[in-house]
Amino acid sequence: MTETALSLRNVGKSFGQMRIIRDVSLDIKKGERHAIIGPNGAGKTTLFNLISGRFRLSSGEILLNDTRVDGMPPHKINRMGLSRSFQITSIFQRMSVFENLRCALLWSMGYRYSFWTPLWMQRPLNDRTHAMLAELNLTSRADTPAGLLSYADQRALEIGMTIAGGASVILLDEPTAGMSNTETDNAVELIRRVSTGKTLVMVEHDMKVVFGLADVITVLVYGQVIASGPPQAVRANPAVQEAYLGALAA
Amino acid sequence: MKTEKFPLAISAQAITRPGIPRANSTQAWVWTVALVAAIAMPWLFYNYTTHRHSGFVVSMLSQMGMMSVLALSYNMLLGQAGLFSLCHATFFGIGGYATIHFLNLAGDGSFPLPLELIPILSGLAGLGLAIVFGYMATKQRATAFAMITLGIGELMTTAALMFHHFFGGEGGVNSNRMIGHSLFGFKYGPAIQVYYLIVAWTVISALAMLFLTRTPLGRMANASRDNFERVQFMGYDPRIVRFLQFALSGFFAGIGGGLYAITYEIVTFDALAAPLSANALLMAYIGGTAAFGGPILGAVLITLLQSGVSLMSNSWLVYVGVLFISMVIFAPNGIMGLVQAHGPIVRAGRFGRLLVPYVRVIVPGLVMMAGFVGMVELASFLTIGAAQGKTLVLFGSKIDVHAVLPWLAALICLAGGTLWFGVEARSFRRVWDGLMGDLKSQRSAA
Repeated sequence: MTETALSLRNVGKSFGQMRIIRDVSLDIKKGERHAIIGPNGAGKTTLFNLISGRFRLSSGEILLNDTRVDGMPPHKINRMGLSRSFQITSIFQRMSVFENLRCALLWSMGYRYSFWTPLWMQRPLNDRTHAMLAELNLTSRADTPAGLLSYADQRALEIGMTIAGGASVILLDEPTAGMSNTETDNAVELIRRVSTGKTLVMVEHDMKVVFGLADVITVLVYGQVIASGPPQAVRANPAVQEAYLGALAA
Repeated sequence: MKTEKFPLAISAQAITRPGIPRANSTQAWVWTVALVAAIAMPWLFYNYTTHRHSGFVVSMLSQMGMMSVLALSYNMLLGQAGLFSLCHATFFGIGGYATIHFLNLAGDGSFPLPLELIPILSGLAGLGLAIVFGYMATKQRATAFAMITLGIGELMTTAALMFHHFFGGEGGVNSNRMIGHSLFGFKYGPAIQVYYLIVAWTVISALAMLFLTRTPLGRMANASRDNFERVQFMGYDPRIVRFLQFALSGFFAGIGGGLYAITYEIVTFDALAAPLSANALLMAYIGGTAAFGGPILGAVLITLLQSGVSLMSNSWLVYVGVLFISMVIFAPNGIMGLVQAHGPIVRAGRFGRLLVPYVRVIVPGLVMMAGFVGMVELASFLTIGAAQGKTLVLFGSKIDVHAVLPWLAALICLAGGTLWFGVEARSFRRVWDGLMGDLKSQRSAA
């Protein structure tokens, strides 16, 4: 039997009177590629913010590898093996691409808050950073301040920083948003490669990406799960067609 | 393109070398020259007939050293961690007060530590207080952090006046640095010996702070400056990063205060009050917070203004203020930022193209400045100067500050210079943009 990597139980979130997430229950298996789709304002990003600890839950619980993580601060959840990317590129603009990736590796390689370790002498760390640069096709931009990268390269860096720490559960928030067709194809290829053997949860609007990558699709509408299952089943679900894919089917 | 958002000054400084820090040969050269200059400078003003050093120069150089340590340690917060602190002098001051007490203990033999090592204790005093206050202040960031530090600064100023036993009240505390304990057998009577002790500790502190920028904590401080939220999703608690960075910057500020106490042998609450905190900010900012060496440059410049210009003019603070405002508006990356912005042009061998345009902006710039200085000085001699019974003397001739002509001349220089400067500045801008555009298209073609 496959184990559950991430489990949401009756999760709810309200901002004042607004109930953004209503009673969401979801089990995500280890090694699964799971896509969360839904119209704008359905609460997809909010759901990510709850899982990653950025927001506190109003009700319910979240388990990461069978341990409760709701109520924990983001850095503790991250140390337990969950990492996320951001819809709006969230990198260290003034630092070089190399430094961005190296910073993302530091905690997982045990450096903690050390102020006595000379980073330039850390061979394994620097080698791994270079290997990641190569994997992301960013070797030639290693010295460039991240804020000066092209948009697609920034998105690739964002994904790289998300997976660098070796987290077992990866949340990607609209990884291909704003990309051209070719860029999207490259990004999908990259995501497929780096998420091998990991649990991937992503919010995505591009249906080509969703149906190309996901093993399981969950449809979120007005903060509620209206369907969850394999792509073909979700595509055939009448409620989903009505609420979301209507335009696509027509 | 997002490029416009990042002026080149930032891009040049932000690049941290992957892997091994390749010591840029230009940088190494500049550092060496600076160190040699610091060592040789007192001898340029040595009076070989009386065999005496210039007291003024040695005192000014000593001030530059301790202020460099203060400004560098301040930049661990402002430039490296994006923390806008308004109480940095607190840790400088506490280092100073503690040092006076250590000197007294060492002097009466109850704690015989060599003078050379006392700055370590000064640093520990700064560190101790920075741990206490840092715990409070670094719970917050940005504006809330700045406000807490403002409160801390005021609190300490008051405390310094309240607790006479340690702070000595209005008169401060004093000591004698000739404690008779030295690793190298120096007496530290002459100021020149103390100056070289300051040079040594400034170099040690600067190297240690440079080292810190290349450790996990240093890099994560940069990271939380750029994007504190992302740091959390990489396993780091940005609060702890801020706290450690704050505490360590307090340590180095304390060393600066220790050097101050050893030099002046008296510490009053001026050493921890708000004006000195503001000075730390001014020095770091004017020198350039983005480059590691920027604050040193700022410390040297501000000290020069403070000790040099203040002798010539009652209004020197006006000039510091105007300099600061102009820097914030026109050169937010400080002097180092301006220098680094020329990097690509110099490397491409095109700097010659800027020489004539530079002369064309500098000449009207000088006219404008002369007009401004004229107005300020006339006004100052009309008010403070008159009260002090001074008269304004320019090129050997007395100037009547009540006459119309000097005012008119200054006004014409200021107004005309400003208009002229505006025109030339625009044409300089065109040349600059043209050069930058050429370089960019060459790079993308390559």
